[in-house]
Amino acid sequence: MFDIDSITEIWQTIARNKTRSLLTAFGVFWGIFILVILLACGNGFDKGLRSNIEGFSTNSAFLIPSNTTEAYKGYQKDRFWQPDMSDIEAIKKTLHGVSVVSPITSQWTYNGENNVFYGTKGGNFSMKGVLPNYNEIDRCKILYGRFINETDIAEARKVCVIGKKVYEDVIGTDKHPLGLMIKANGIYYQVVGVVQSYNDKVNINGQTNETVILPLTTMQVAYHTGDKFDFLMFTTARGYISKDVQEEVKTLLRERHDIAPTDEGAFMCFDFEEMFNMFEYLFLGIKILIWIVGIGTLLSGVVGVSNIMLVTIKERTREIGVRRALGAKPAVIIRQVMAESLLLTILAGIVGLVLGVGIMAVVSGFVNNTPSEDVMFLDPQIGFGAAIAATVIIVLSGLLAGVLPAMRAVQIKAIDAIREE
Amino acid sequence: MIKLNNINKTYFGAQPLHVLKGINLDVEEGELVSIMGASGSGKSTLLNILGILDNYDEGDYYLAGQLVKNLSENQAAEFRNKLIGFIFQSFNLIPFKTALENVALPLFYQGVNRKKRNMMAMEYLERFGLKEWAEHYPNELSGGQKQRVSIARALVTSPKLILADEPTGALDSKTSAEVMQILREVNATGITMVIVTHERGIANLTRKIVHLKDGIIESIEENDPDKMDFTKEIK
Repeated sequence: MFDIDSITEIWQTIARNKTRSLLTAFGVFWGIFILVILLACGNGFDKGLRSNIEGFSTNSAFLIPSNTTEAYKGYQKDRFWQPDMSDIEAIKKTLHGVSVVSPITSQWTYNGENNVFYGTKGGNFSMKGVLPNYNEIDRCKILYGRFINETDIAEARKVCVIGKKVYEDVIGTDKHPLGLMIKANGIYYQVVGVVQSYNDKVNINGQTNETVILPLTTMQVAYHTGDKFDFLMFTTARGYISKDVQEEVKTLLRERHDIAPTDEGAFMCFDFEEMFNMFEYLFLGIKILIWIVGIGTLLSGVVGVSNIMLVTIKERTREIGVRRALGAKPAVIIRQVMAESLLLTILAGIVGLVLGVGIMAVVSGFVNNTPSEDVMFLDPQIGFGAAIAATVIIVLSGLLAGVLPAMRAVQIKAIDAIREE
Repeated sequence: MIKLNNINKTYFGAQPLHVLKGINLDVEEGELVSIMGASGSGKSTLLNILGILDNYDEGDYYLAGQLVKNLSENQAAEFRNKLIGFIFQSFNLIPFKTALENVALPLFYQGVNRKKRNMMAMEYLERFGLKEWAEHYPNELSGGQKQRVSIARALVTSPKLILADEPTGALDSKTSAEVMQILREVNATGITMVIVTHERGIANLTRKIVHLKDGIIESIEENDPDKMDFTKEIK
């Protein structure tokens, strides 16, 4: 279709009316340009928002016990209950839909008074006791030392892992933190690690950066809670549905703690998977909207090309008629008109694509180099797949734009053109 | 070369118009024939049918021994391209192509490669003294030059039949004489030629004059152009 002869033929007709060709091409250029910009911005928001939940297992849920709301098995309603370690063992043993289950106990901060001290410096931070597997659900970056390990748990050692901000505020970044003793709520713990969370939007009983993390067992001893704990988090194993797994966990806890099977008020459950799914749907919705708007803009460009070409064909009636008289077959005429439309569209589209990608690369460089606490927009560029899709769309729209003019052109008979008016 | 049997043609418009009412005509190979008639006599329609630009309702048309009837667009295009060369009153050169490109166009539709068709086109331009004008566009040429380019274009495919529709209609008398001289020379090489004209002077240069009136052949006049005095103007 695009040998040197055809290209010369097409180029002659396009170049004959440069202004018009340029204006025609602009519609398609603009359509692709807008599509690329929109897609890139969509990706930017997507990546920006996703970076806020980085490191957090999106298939997790947590469950907080609450007072019962129904009387059952001789117990009054409004009974206080707490899960204990044997529940964890039972869940691990019987529920295969649960991949990681992590009990947590927490100590809230009081009245904003300083509760964590190193020497004379202090700060107000929350505390939580966890098992080593907590780091599998809300992953964080280890800046110094290590996370809580099994030995800490087994021996209920008086050690702690502190968040980045705790380190900065209480110890100060001029001192190496490991091995130092800090006082938290009146008890001394040795710092064995400093962590920083990957995200700063997910907040489970306080932001990790502003928390003193203790071994769960240490906390149970320190606050005399026996083997009870405050709430538990779990992740759904691959292939299981989080809602079902959640129900299984509830059922197990109901049986073990004599809670009525119909008592929904005895638990507060947060299903992150459901929330993240909503996120996903939101992104999907934005993406669909972007494609609709982008394609719509492009389509108006295509209509423009089609329209102008129809006019051009009308003007070229005589020329086309002469070509027909000289022996141009219908297919040749169709091919030429289609090729004209295709060439115009592809040139305009590629320029739009390249310019769009180029501009977004510059914007991206700018955005990525601007440090910000609240990241909403990150790396706004289109992926390779989207670029390929855009190219395919350009070609398709070129063909689409050519169909009507080609049909009109082929209807021109040699005799129509040659007839002296 | 041409054999027409009872050709009928009606244009169905708001008022059906019976343009050709049974045309019977034989043109031998190598003949130079003119078709004369007042406007509305059907001479252009006849030429269109001869040129396979238009179809007819009744009768048979044999061109070079082949029946030309109910052809598909593709077949018609191929017939036109291989067998017929057209010369038009208003030249119908493509304005954005050079003289050379215009002449080479029919060869392009035959699929002749670029180098060969430009060579052939140049050969024909040279034959009509237009070598220096090969790279010029039609609007840079005089009427006579334009018509010579279009004659070159008609001949470049070595057709069996040349159809000329008022070939001198847009030219002054001196140029007309030159163009007619060229056409006669072309005819002398053995190519059949049919010229539609309403000028007696042009018709007098052909061997056979077909008089058309109201869609029928009124008379066919034998003529000896060599008796004509070329020193006189033909109009």
